[in-house]
Amino acid sequence: MLKQTEGSHAVAEAVGLCRPEVICAYPISPQTHIVEGLGEMVKSGEVTDCEFINVESEFAAMSVAIGSSATGARTYTATASQGILFMCEAVYNASGLGLPIVMTVANRAIGAPINIWNDHTDALSQRDSGWIQLFAETNQEALDLHILAFKLAEEVSLPVMVCMDGFILTHAYERVDVPTQEQVDAFLPPYEPRQALDPTDPVSIGAMVGPEAFSEVRYLAHAKQMQALELIPKLAAQFKTIFGRDSGGLTHSYLTDDAETIVVAMGSILGTIKDVVDEMRQAGEKIGVLGISSYRPFPLDNVRAALQNAKRVVVLEKSLAVGIGGVVSTDVRMAMSGLQLEGHTVVAGLGGRAITMKSLHALFAKAIRGELERLTFLDLDWDVVNKQLERERTTRRSGPAAESMLRDVGVVAARIG
Amino acid sequence: MFQVRIHGRGGQGVVTAAEMLSIAAFEEGRHAQAFPSFGSERTGAPVVAFCRIADQEIRLREPIMEPDALIIQDPTLLFQVDVFSGLKKGGYILINTSRSFTDLGLADFVRDWPEERLLTVPATDLSRKHVGRPMPNVPLLAGFAAASGIIRLESVIKAINTKFSEKIARNNIAAATEAYQFVTDEIAGASHQEAAHA
Repeated sequence: MLKQTEGSHAVAEAVGLCRPEVICAYPISPQTHIVEGLGEMVKSGEVTDCEFINVESEFAAMSVAIGSSATGARTYTATASQGILFMCEAVYNASGLGLPIVMTVANRAIGAPINIWNDHTDALSQRDSGWIQLFAETNQEALDLHILAFKLAEEVSLPVMVCMDGFILTHAYERVDVPTQEQVDAFLPPYEPRQALDPTDPVSIGAMVGPEAFSEVRYLAHAKQMQALELIPKLAAQFKTIFGRDSGGLTHSYLTDDAETIVVAMGSILGTIKDVVDEMRQAGEKIGVLGISSYRPFPLDNVRAALQNAKRVVVLEKSLAVGIGGVVSTDVRMAMSGLQLEGHTVVAGLGGRAITMKSLHALFAKAIRGELERLTFLDLDWDVVNKQLERERTTRRSGPAAESMLRDVGVVAARIG
Repeated sequence: MFQVRIHGRGGQGVVTAAEMLSIAAFEEGRHAQAFPSFGSERTGAPVVAFCRIADQEIRLREPIMEPDALIIQDPTLLFQVDVFSGLKKGGYILINTSRSFTDLGLADFVRDWPEERLLTVPATDLSRKHVGRPMPNVPLLAGFAAASGIIRLESVIKAINTKFSEKIARNNIAAATEAYQFVTDEIAGASHQEAAHA
């Protein structure tokens, strides 16, 4: 049924339709509306046979998720930002143990400086955790990816993070098509665990493994992600037959076939980029976009196939690997290895900085002119940066950087963007 | 695409107003996208929310920097925030006030504006009268419907019924209906004046 609703609410409805048996979460912006919604649905009886557990921290949230998933219960949680860092040890354990937990990450920056707004550094900090990571472009896709995520997780026995841009998607009202229970049931069968803690058939889960088998157990995790690489397109096709929509998959190409310039990005910024690409196409530029939907496993072959006929590639990412530059770019460069392409990394939208069509137009035009640096920080205020660098060069006790730079920026209450 | 920017203060239902506007547009079969300017959601702090309305899917996610319409829920913001930033020439300006644009010190700014695009609604008063609380968002939305014709009053009422429980909805519908009539009369007055000038 078509509805005009908040992204968080759409996701809560999707999770509810997946018949979860345990939901445990600790509130943190911008994820909170999702689990609040689910809490109400469990309490009102809209979601049945489900235990909603309030926990005392994110570490507890993931620990409870591990425990419940190990008993064979379909388990869901959600977090963001510092929350994912606080549960980090348990995040690795969930994947290491092969437990198909589904977790929404309402993408938000990581402090310090503390910042509640959107970027991708929280999810990407866990890129090597062994979880599958899927990124949503719209609220419709966020809704759909949760249904896909449970099926994918349970088929390969790995946990899945569904990443959606905090605030930009979670707090946006837009049109979504909420499927029926019958459709979801037809797609997602009841969970058949590979392992379950059961007093009538006791096993232990979580062995200590020494050098004699550690590499083999870890290789198995990689093998399962490679299985997921095969499975994700198949599930997207199945999803389309039941729900009638293209959602999920490994990558989404937009006007890339004849493109000389291809922009690579993840998440909700793809929409704005497509609008810019349409305008530049009208002006005669051969430009296209490649959206990465599955970041882990990373679809090296698909990315390479999409990029190989281009002249230049601009990876626009909402993340920063301090000391080298891009996070997503590193993987895209690996996919491009051996191809004679100009590669650019653009760090944009950190901590909620608006990414505007105007800035993107100027950026892509610069790339096409061959004037774009290897690493660019979109719309960086160099005055503020240089002023602080100068302060630090001339004064030993230069004081806390963030506070000084905020003073230099001045009042922001009057700003629109 | 039609773009609306709503300015107000935390606690005045600014974000809810944008969401309701998107629901009203959806009810008329249109695509709509509402989102807040995130963060400073403290009571009394300046808050901005946005709504785009279009006939096809809306992919753009940037803040609305060149609105077709402005709804200003708190006139004290006029001197604190650059509320008019990027407003399209001749765009709709709807202010919650019982004073005139001239009294608000805006005569120079709106000198070349079409009269029927400059609208005031005593939305706080209407809200106090019907809802018993100073919550100007709904009367302003109804005023926007009357001013722009982008959405119908019936769609605003549907959005009210989606968002609020029965009793609060009923009171808000009364406030919305009076605000709609107020702006309709205001526009009729403006065109009457223009005719007199002609």
